[in-house]
Amino acid sequence: MDLSSYFDLPLWLRLCLQSGAVIAVLFPIAAACSMAERKMAAWIQGRPGPNRTIMPLLAWIPILAPLLQRLGLFQLAADGGKFVFKEDPIPGHVNKLYFVLAPILAMIPALTTVSVVPIGAYFNHLGTLVPIVLANVDVGLLAVFAISSLGVYSLILAGWASNSKYPFLGGVRASAQLISYELSMTLSVLPVFLWVNAPGTPGSLSLFDVVQSQSQPGFWGGMWFVFLMPVSAFVFLVALFAETNRQPFDMPESEADLVGGFHTEYGAFKWSLFFVAEYCHMIVGSAVFVLLFLGGWNPLPWVPLSSVAEWLGWVDNPLLLGVLAIVLFLGKVFFFIFFFMWVRWTLPRFRYDQVMKIGWQKLLPLSIGNLIVYALAIALLSRR
Amino acid sequence: MANILFYLFSAITLGTALLVVTSKNAVNSAMFFLLSLTGTASLFVLLDAYLLAVLLVLVYAGAVVALFLFIIMLLDMQGGNRKPFARATMAASVIAAGLLVVGVLSFLKRGQIITAPLSESTPAVGAVLKLYASQLFTTYLLPVQVVGFLLLIAMLGVIVLSKRFEGLGDIK
Amino acid sequence: MSVIPVERKPLSFAERTYIPQILSGLSTTFKHLVAPPVTMEYPEQRPEIPREYRGVPTLVKDPNGREKCVSCQLCEFVCPPKAIRITPGEIPEQSPHAHVEKGPKAFDIDMLRCIYCGLCQEVCPEEAIWLQKQYSMTGYTRAEMVNNKERLYDLGGTLPDPHFKWDKKKAAEEAAAHGGHH
Repeated sequence: MDLSSYFDLPLWLRLCLQSGAVIAVLFPIAAACSMAERKMAAWIQGRPGPNRTIMPLLAWIPILAPLLQRLGLFQLAADGGKFVFKEDPIPGHVNKLYFVLAPILAMIPALTTVSVVPIGAYFNHLGTLVPIVLANVDVGLLAVFAISSLGVYSLILAGWASNSKYPFLGGVRASAQLISYELSMTLSVLPVFLWVNAPGTPGSLSLFDVVQSQSQPGFWGGMWFVFLMPVSAFVFLVALFAETNRQPFDMPESEADLVGGFHTEYGAFKWSLFFVAEYCHMIVGSAVFVLLFLGGWNPLPWVPLSSVAEWLGWVDNPLLLGVLAIVLFLGKVFFFIFFFMWVRWTLPRFRYDQVMKIGWQKLLPLSIGNLIVYALAIALLSRR
Repeated sequence: MANILFYLFSAITLGTALLVVTSKNAVNSAMFFLLSLTGTASLFVLLDAYLLAVLLVLVYAGAVVALFLFIIMLLDMQGGNRKPFARATMAASVIAAGLLVVGVLSFLKRGQIITAPLSESTPAVGAVLKLYASQLFTTYLLPVQVVGFLLLIAMLGVIVLSKRFEGLGDIK
Repeated sequence: MSVIPVERKPLSFAERTYIPQILSGLSTTFKHLVAPPVTMEYPEQRPEIPREYRGVPTLVKDPNGREKCVSCQLCEFVCPPKAIRITPGEIPEQSPHAHVEKGPKAFDIDMLRCIYCGLCQEVCPEEAIWLQKQYSMTGYTRAEMVNNKERLYDLGGTLPDPHFKWDKKKAAEEAAAHGGHH
C-alpha cells in the first residue's frame, strides 16, 4: 500500500477524513459499550443477557452468526434501529429550543475531545516517534478538560428545559457535582505535569509528552505514573467516575429517586444521544487516564514501544507499528471501560450529601496535599 | 481568511454580549454569555493564544456560566422575567461605558502599536505555557496576588452576607 | 424494657475510605462474572414441574374414556372470579354411560379470569376437574383465552381412577335387577 499518496491530499481533506474516521470508530464503540454494559450486568447477575436477536440473512452463516447472536451483537443494531425510527415526541410543557439543543450539546463535546487525545504512535522516516492524533496541541490536557467541561450544559439545559421536577433536580445535581469534581480532577493531574515539565524542558501540557516521559530508559524514566503518583491516579480515577456520571456517582440520573433524572422527558433518538455521549465521555476519560498514568501505548512498565519496535524490527514499518500502538492503547482503554462497568454493577449509589462530602472534604484536600508534597519533592530533586 | 474569521467572531462576541444584557429570560442571558465567551476564545485562537483560549473556556465557559445557570435554576425555575433597568443601573452603566471609552482612547493615543511583523521564532506569550507562567510569576506577580486577595475577600463577604449570625455561638 | 440500644461501633479509618469494602465487592462480582448463569433460557429449557403443581384447571376422563364431569355445576358456583360456565346436558339413552344421566354440553373456563385458586378441584365430587402441570397460557385474542370443553379434555387427558364409582353403581344396579327376577 502506498501511503505517501495520502499525504499529497490537501490538508483540510486529510483532516476531514481523519476526524471522520475517528468519529466513525468512536461512535460505534460507544454504542457497543451499551451492549457490553448489558452483557456485563447480566453476567454479574448470573443471567445470559440479550442473546436472541438475529438478522434474517446473517442467520445462515454457520458458526459466526450464532456466536454473535449469543453475544447480543445484533441486539445493538435492533436497538439502534428502534431509536432512529421510533416516534420522537416533544412534550408540550418544555422549552422547545433548549430541549432539542441539549442532546446535541451532549454529543459535541463528547466527540470533540477525542481530537486532542493521541491514540498511538509510530516512527516516521526520520526515526522520531510521531503521535497518531488529530491535533497535537501544546495544551492537550487543558483542551480535554475545557471541552469536556462544556458537557455539563447539556445536563443543565436538559433538566431545565424539561420543565418538570425530576429532570430539574437531576440538572441541579449534575451541575453541582460536575463543578465540584472538576477541581479535584484538575489538581490531581498537576503533579504529573510538574514531573513532566522539569526545569530546563520546554513547558508543555501535551498528552503525547506525558507518554514520552513514561517511555524513557532507566528505572525512573520507564516508570508509569500510576506507580510514581498513586494518590494522583486514585483521585483522578474517582473524579473521572464523578465527571462521567457513572455509578456510584450517577446522581444526575439516579433512577431510584429521580425516575430518569435529567433525561426523564426524553425518548427515542434524543435519549440515545445522551446515552452515547455518556459512553463517549467514558471512553475519552479512560483514554486520558491511560495516557497520564498507565503509559499510553507502552506495553509494559519499563518496556517502551520503541524497544518493542526494535525487537520486532518494525521501526521502518509505520503502518504495523501504528496498528500495534493503537491496539495496545485501545486494549488498556477497554480494560478501563470494563472496570467502569464492573464498578457500576458492584456498588450502590452514594447519597447526594455523601457525594458532596467526598468531593469537597475528602478529595479536594487530598489532591491539594498531594500537589504540595509532589511540588516539594520535585523541587528538592531538581535542586540536587 | 483570518480577517473574515476575525469579523465573524467579533460579531458573535459583541452581538451575543449585547443580547446578554437585553434578553428578558435569565437562562437565555446565560446562554448568550456562554456564546460570547466562546467567541472571545475563538478570537484568542486567531491570535495563536491557545492557552488563553483554553483557559477561558475551562474557567468561564466550563465553570462560571454553569454556576450562573445553577443559581438561576435554584432561584427561579422558569428563568424569570427581568425587571426594567433601575435608574442607578443606567447611571452606573453610562459611567462604566464612559470609562471604557476613555480607556480605549488613551490606549489608542499613548499605546504603541508594533507595526513591524513579529519574527516567527518568538511565539506569543499567551500561546506557550512556559512563557505565560513565567510572566505570571515574575512581571505580573503583584496584580495576580492582589486579584486573588480581592476574590478571597469577596468570597468571605458573600459567606458573611448569606449566613445570618445570631451570636458568637453560630460561628464555628 | 424490650428495646435494647446497641452501641454502634465507630467506623475504622479503612472503612471510612470505602476502599476495602469496594475491593471486596469487586471480587464478589468478579466471581459471579465468571460463574455460569443461574437462569434458565425459558422456551428451550423448561423448569421441572413438581407433581403437586397447580396450574391450569383441566377436565379429565377416567381410564374407560368416560368424561367424569356430571355437570353438577358446583365448581361454577364456587369459582370466586366466576371463570367457569357450564351448560348442562343429558347423556343420550344409547350411550354406554346413559346411567350417569348428566354431562356437560359445554364447559368454558375463562383463563383471563381464573385465579388458579383450585377451589373447583377441591369442590368437585367426581374428581373431574384438576389443576395440572400446564402453566403457560397465552393467546392473541380474548376468545383464545377461553378454554372450551374440547380444549379442557385435551389438556387434562386421562387420570387413573381408584374408584370407578359409576361402573360399580351400574354393576350393583344390574345385580339388583337380576336378583329381582329370580
